[in-house]
Amino acid sequence: MFNQMREKRLLVLPALFDEANKLRRLTVEIMRRLDMSGVDSFLPDLPGCNDSLQPLHTQTLANWQHAAAEAGKLFDATHVLSFRSGALLAPSDVPGWQYAPHGGKSLIRSMMRARSIAAREAGREETLAGIEASGRQDGINLAGWRIGPELFAALADADKPGTGAQTEIAQAEVGGGGLWLRAEPDEDHEQADAIAAIVAVGVAVS
Amino acid sequence: MTGEPVTDSNEDTADKASGLAPSRQVIDDKLRGILCDVLGLDADHVETFDADTGLFGHLPELDSMAVAGLLTEMEDRLEIIIEDDDVDGEMLETYGGLLAFAEAKTVAG
Repeated sequence: MFNQMREKRLLVLPALFDEANKLRRLTVEIMRRLDMSGVDSFLPDLPGCNDSLQPLHTQTLANWQHAAAEAGKLFDATHVLSFRSGALLAPSDVPGWQYAPHGGKSLIRSMMRARSIAAREAGREETLAGIEASGRQDGINLAGWRIGPELFAALADADKPGTGAQTEIAQAEVGGGGLWLRAEPDEDHEQADAIAAIVAVGVAVS
Repeated sequence: MTGEPVTDSNEDTADKASGLAPSRQVIDDKLRGILCDVLGLDADHVETFDADTGLFGHLPELDSMAVAGLLTEMEDRLEIIIEDDDVDGEMLETYGGLLAFAEAKTVAG
């Protein structure tokens, strides 16, 4: 959190699960740059993630959306910046940006596929359809995250959300490849510069 | 793996004339672009990948999570659907195997 009680206050909503790990450096680098541009920012832990004391498997999408809205109010956020599937959590009436937004569908598909490939390497056969069925029924452990049935179903059905009061920042505007795709977490100063510049200019005029 | 890549490159010039080469070239370019993003390598480096360049099992960073991301990105950018049965060691082992798979899927789709 960067908080000097300044007028421009940005709620930052992280990407989900493994993508959050891949984008953590980029996210924090952007917040640092915005701090130097006179913008306060706040990156909350979602309930059940990171330092949150709540269990992950009882979380739902509605629960996370509520938590994101409450975090925005607590911080008196004037703007919001979401990363990837974090766009699903952004309060639609708060102005701001969605960086490379996508829904939960392809995120969950990737995570199910990772489980299927890992199972095959271990000599077991787990199909995507089978993993999806048990995820919807009982919840499932995907890549180390224990996702409850409600959250699983909500994410597996989630298309890319509408922008609401926010503007999409496409990867093409930022340049380079999306860091969430990287096999290893990495950082990219030019990408952080580009996104921070879009946000800094945007908060100044609105 | 023996004859295939050689035949491919020999056909390149002929295909260009028949109009087939661009689509093959497009798939090749897109696939290299995805690998650049996943592996965090320069385009110049990925450009040196040939049919026999080892991928899964040869590059330590390509674990199951990264391969899953790679396949999902291929689905998005190449507009294909990759089924469970499609994913096997041969397809993932070399760049040539992955490219042949992508080409076959694109044609079928």
